[in-house]
Amino acid sequence: MTDGKLVFRIIKDRLFQAVVILFSFAMIVPLFLIIYYIIRNGISVINWEFLVSLPKPMGDIGGGIANAVVGTAMLVIVATVFAVPLGVCAGIYLSENKKGRIAYSVRLCMEILQGVPSIVIGIIAYSWIVLSMGTFSALSGGVALAIMMLPVIVRATEETLKLIPENLREASLALGVPYSRTIIKVIVPAGLTGILTGVLLGIARIAGETAPLLFTAFGNPFMNINIFKPVDSLPMLIFNYATSPYPLWHAMAWGASFVLVVLVLGLNIVTKVITNRWKVRF
Amino acid sequence: MESQVLKVTNFSAHFSGNQVVNNVSMKVAHNKVTALMGPSGCGKTTLLRCINRMHELIPEAGVSGSILLHNKDIYRMNPILVRKKIGMVFQKPNPFPTMSIYDNVIAGYKLNGISLKRDEKNRIVEDSLKKSALWNEVKDRLYKKGSFLSGGQQQRLCIARALAMNPDILLMDEPTSALDPKATSHIEELLTELKNNITILLVTHNIAQAARVSDFTAFMYLGNMVEFGLTEKLFTVPEDKRTEEYLSGKFG
Ligand SMILES: Nc1ncnc2c1ncn2[C@@H]1O[C@H](COP(=O)(O)OP(=O)(O)OP(=O)(O)O)[C@@H](O)[C@H]1O
Ligand SMILES: [Mg+2]
Repeated sequence: MTDGKLVFRIIKDRLFQAVVILFSFAMIVPLFLIIYYIIRNGISVINWEFLVSLPKPMGDIGGGIANAVVGTAMLVIVATVFAVPLGVCAGIYLSENKKGRIAYSVRLCMEILQGVPSIVIGIIAYSWIVLSMGTFSALSGGVALAIMMLPVIVRATEETLKLIPENLREASLALGVPYSRTIIKVIVPAGLTGILTGVLLGIARIAGETAPLLFTAFGNPFMNINIFKPVDSLPMLIFNYATSPYPLWHAMAWGASFVLVVLVLGLNIVTKVITNRWKVRF
Repeated sequence: MESQVLKVTNFSAHFSGNQVVNNVSMKVAHNKVTALMGPSGCGKTTLLRCINRMHELIPEAGVSGSILLHNKDIYRMNPILVRKKIGMVFQKPNPFPTMSIYDNVIAGYKLNGISLKRDEKNRIVEDSLKKSALWNEVKDRLYKKGSFLSGGQQQRLCIARALAMNPDILLMDEPTSALDPKATSHIEELLTELKNNITILLVTHNIAQAARVSDFTAFMYLGNMVEFGLTEKLFTVPEDKRTEEYLSGKFG
């Protein structure tokens, strides 16, 4: 091989490396821009008052987002209560039954469910719950969010439990422990960190959803803690305020965005810490 | 001959029709170490797993023939009961990673929902750890996780866990193959200690190990029981030509 060819190859190699690095950097730019804008526009309205007081009527200075914070908390709790038991059970089933018709269908359903647009899930919750109960409610919003959370939890549970060594199960069975107890007392505890991670990621995934809440939780300018009544939520509040013509409300929308982003980022960080700290050593 | 704990008669096992244990007969004598040796893939693990009915956990696996534990057919008993009476130690140490050393030892009771009094638990834990020669090393950190122990210690913890259930017989599947020579000799010493009180069936790859620790030896080859008898006799005057060849390292 001639020297010229070699030099050309080296240059090509370097160029390729540079492009890869450039693109990787390009990927983090949007995130930093988002965070920058939210902090710049949102931080000015953030204070204790903002978090704990209710919205004031149009034109009054001040007021806060307490109703939306409480509403989002309620929606997340309702969604978690529905999605976690179902999702964890389905995940256990899938990890225990790798083959078989039912496992195949469940897996397929989860994949499809993951791809269903969130607005469609909202409509389903609307026709199931809102129509039959005759009112918008936190419950219906929570159920819509639970459906969105489900695939995340099922997948996380299945993947976690699949990685648990077979010899652990055998250790338990060989002690004469029945199958069901082996699952509940040995396999699930060994995978608890992974399952918890999945739940937190699921929550982070739904905390910012707006579409499924439009005609389920609906929104509510007042404080409400009754799950059978409509509630406000951070993303809906952002949507309503940001699309209003009033600069004062725009600032509130930025403030609420800031709270929401901090919440979701916080959840992600907690998840990372948990996976690193509490890792079960086999 | 001494009293028998376990009697295997014309026993065969297969995986979806593929016969891997073929018409095997042998006995395990009370409070002795019986070694089961043979080249890789000859069906030692499979036979051992049949004895505490773990073989049937694999779909499409089947057995025929009989295995008697104290003259009772284990295939007519509830498998869960069989596994409580017949303890097993696996090739790779497998303590429960979420449990402390203490809880690992009494895991058989805990997981089965058998509640014991505080001092009874303490007694079982101390006894079992002493029998498995681990007590002195761990007595100050009983509430630490078992998975932080060394490989050899983990294996002794697994032995303690099996002993805690007070089994009629202890099955050990190459318990030292994942360990270094020092930990291995530690466990071998332990075996000669243990056999004063418990019956052991030991699978081993290692001919020298079988010679060192066992009273009886069974030699398996391609799923067949080639020879079974007193270790001394089998190692000095083997009856079968294949045994002789195996012992002299011609194959395996
Ligand atoms: N789960 C399984 N499904 C199908 N065949 C199997 C399975 N486990 C083992 N076998 C087959 O059974 C035969 C005996 O295997 P076994 O594990 O009993 O051998 P072994 O004597 O314990 O060998 P080693 O000394 O390597 O542990 C092998 O041919 C193996 O391929
Ligand atoms: Mg084996």
